[in-house]
Amino acid sequence: MQKGPEMFWRKMRMAGASVTAVAVLAACAGEGARSNEAPQQPLKVVGQFELHSLDPSTSGGFFTRLQVAETLVDADAQGALQPGLATDWEVSTDGLTWRFHLRPGALFHDGTPVTADSVAAALGSARSKGGTPLATVPVHAITADGEAVRVDLAQPFAPLAAVLAHTSTQVLAPRSYGSDRAVTGIVGSGPYRVKRLEPPATVELTAFEQWQGQKPAITEVNYQSVGRSESRALMAESGQADVTFGMDPTSLQRLKQAGKLTIADVTLPRTILLKINAGHDVLGDIRVRRALSMALDRGSMATALLRDPEMAATQLFPPSLPEWHQDTLTPLAHDPSGARMLLAEAGWTPGSNGILERNGRNFSLTLRTFPDRPELPILATAIQAQLKELGIALDVKVGNSSEIPAGHQDGSLELGLYARNYALVPDALVTLAEDFGPDGADYGAMGWNNPVLMSTLNTMTSGTDTSDLVEGRRQVTDILQSELPVIPVAWYRQSAVLSQRVEGLALDPLERSWRLTELTWAK
Amino acid sequence: MNASTTTPRSPAAPALRILRQRAVQAAAVVVLVSTACFAIVQSLPGDIAFRIAAGRYGYDQVTAASADTVRAELGLDRPAWQQLLDWLGELLALDLGTSLVTGTSVAGELGLYLSSSLQLAAAALALALAGGATVGALAGARPGGILDRITTLWVSAARALPPFLLGLVLILFFSVHLGVLPAAGHGEAGNIVLPAATLAVGLSGLFARVTRDTVVQIRRSEYVRFAATKGLGERLVFLRHVLRNTGVTLLSYVGVQLLILIEGVVVVESLFAWPGLGHSLVHAIFWRDIPMIQATALALALLVVALNTVVDLGALALDPRPRRREVVL
Repeated sequence: MQKGPEMFWRKMRMAGASVTAVAVLAACAGEGARSNEAPQQPLKVVGQFELHSLDPSTSGGFFTRLQVAETLVDADAQGALQPGLATDWEVSTDGLTWRFHLRPGALFHDGTPVTADSVAAALGSARSKGGTPLATVPVHAITADGEAVRVDLAQPFAPLAAVLAHTSTQVLAPRSYGSDRAVTGIVGSGPYRVKRLEPPATVELTAFEQWQGQKPAITEVNYQSVGRSESRALMAESGQADVTFGMDPTSLQRLKQAGKLTIADVTLPRTILLKINAGHDVLGDIRVRRALSMALDRGSMATALLRDPEMAATQLFPPSLPEWHQDTLTPLAHDPSGARMLLAEAGWTPGSNGILERNGRNFSLTLRTFPDRPELPILATAIQAQLKELGIALDVKVGNSSEIPAGHQDGSLELGLYARNYALVPDALVTLAEDFGPDGADYGAMGWNNPVLMSTLNTMTSGTDTSDLVEGRRQVTDILQSELPVIPVAWYRQSAVLSQRVEGLALDPLERSWRLTELTWAK
Repeated sequence: MNASTTTPRSPAAPALRILRQRAVQAAAVVVLVSTACFAIVQSLPGDIAFRIAAGRYGYDQVTAASADTVRAELGLDRPAWQQLLDWLGELLALDLGTSLVTGTSVAGELGLYLSSSLQLAAAALALALAGGATVGALAGARPGGILDRITTLWVSAARALPPFLLGLVLILFFSVHLGVLPAAGHGEAGNIVLPAATLAVGLSGLFARVTRDTVVQIRRSEYVRFAATKGLGERLVFLRHVLRNTGVTLLSYVGVQLLILIEGVVVVESLFAWPGLGHSLVHAIFWRDIPMIQATALALALLVVALNTVVDLGALALDPRPRRREVVL
């Protein structure tokens, strides 16, 4: 009687052990294929960007970065305009008629030629979408003119070619559009063509055989969107990803210290800044704005939070915008005692609870920001701590990115913290004219304008006086530095991590392209 | 006592009764859940058009102009009741509509997310059951034995470890250190292993615990003792009486856990970049993508009904004793 059950339980235990073993083996089934990986595998690119829409006006440059679609005009790393789908262009003497000559023999990925008609139609679609730079240009008509694309303007607009380098103006083949001009597929004309799309996370590319330029060394590319930066870092670290974008400062520092992976970086023409409601009864006082700026210890924030001391902003335009960055400008500096003096001049005196007071009113403000860029909330809390030392109570609200434009529209915004890219259109003039126009802008000034600045920007935009662009830029920079309609906080560095399998990545500061065609497999 | 209880019932009758009840439940759930979702989203703070524009254009390009475009295109100025009626009407025609953000068919997106979540949940459940129930049954055979004590330790450890941390530890060990499994992502062979294992570890502890307690309890029951007394061998008693009766309890428990699993994979899906329901629901709420929120919530609610139905039918098959009072009487 005793032996029976003993045997039985021993067998059961054996069975249990084998079930567990089988489960573990099944779990590891994927490993065989991976360990024998040859460089002929597709290039694996990982980033934070998700594909939510195929429409060029909303896809945020996804397909230009992947070099699937082209714009008429391209730009180099310094922002100088280069031929894209158009080899050259000319403008009439009155500045109203532009002609863009298409690259002869250019083909869409479906084999059809890139015609002036199809380009005009694509640009017509881009123009009809609200919120795109082309929609704000005074365009009269875009038509096919023989082999060229003709743009007629209602008034001169000097940076038109730069606007036609914006990703929302990418040219897709007629086949990409559905019945109501909705984009249903991506048929571009770049060196890579789309093999498979699985929104929101996966895009597979293969080299386009009939591409006229130099053939890419890596012919297959798989892009995968991964939301968490920790996950991306681990994918880079484990060698699963060949090119990884969007690294958070901490992970990047860890990978740098480990020293096993190549890290490419470039400073972007992007600035993290505080938008200020200058129409606000407290913030309208320029002494208060200057005091807020002096309260910020930008060097410490860049070192401790961004882990990159060089990114402390000394002026609005980073050195990566060489035409606009002024080396001679007096840098914005940390000066708490100067800030206290300015606030005292403005009538703010320390109250009983440590908060400044004026006419019985506490100095308290609300700052809105959003978590899509992970450094924004932590910078916001650092700013909160620094203002508290001056006796300013700052309430930080971390919400949705749309709350900044919404707060601008209804006038309720006091302070907003965000990052602004001044070169989405390669000529920063276009963004500046919008941001510092007469009524301000969602991501620019609020309740502030300066007649000299506006007339300078207008003259530069209309292109009537091209003689003194340098002087114009210097003037604009000076005014922004002394009036502080927005307070610069930090500049931006973009990094990408490269696996040991690939080499040759040079990042584009304008974020227009990931330049995957220049990559090669490591020897 | 009416006559019908005394006439022999067809074997399918209880199953049909379950299906009928559940169908009524499902219809009620559809109306309630979609209306509740709509009302909740409408009452959230913030301008919906701006939120949708943020989803469509991204944080660099959401402006008042893009929000106005969205508002005009989607007719967000119409009265709320009209928008709700439109949606319910479309739902009656079995049309889930199009996403306000991506402009693609909600049914298509939902199908993709739902199938990946179910895939992940099923893999996790299989792993957890294989590990947990086996260990639990073995531990239950010898209450107080070494295996039983190890199981108790395992149960506590598995429950105490947050899935996010466990996932990171698994990635660090299997992907970064050993390099045998992909760290995150979707679409490659082997992508599912780590997220499924992360979920399975937590679940397996629970399954082990429930199986162990049920086995102990059933082994002490009179019918098991009677089976042994009448001379059945230990093996037969275990297979015929203990296992089957454990199955009834375990099945109901697994049903509940599976629901929690599907709704609770958000963290794991986010860590492993697995495009599942959790991912889609979080994005949809963030962007106020009303049709997507309604459809996702609806899918989850109907899944609850469907799973309950399957569990009921399964329990009925394992334990065919009729459970209606008048029949028992």
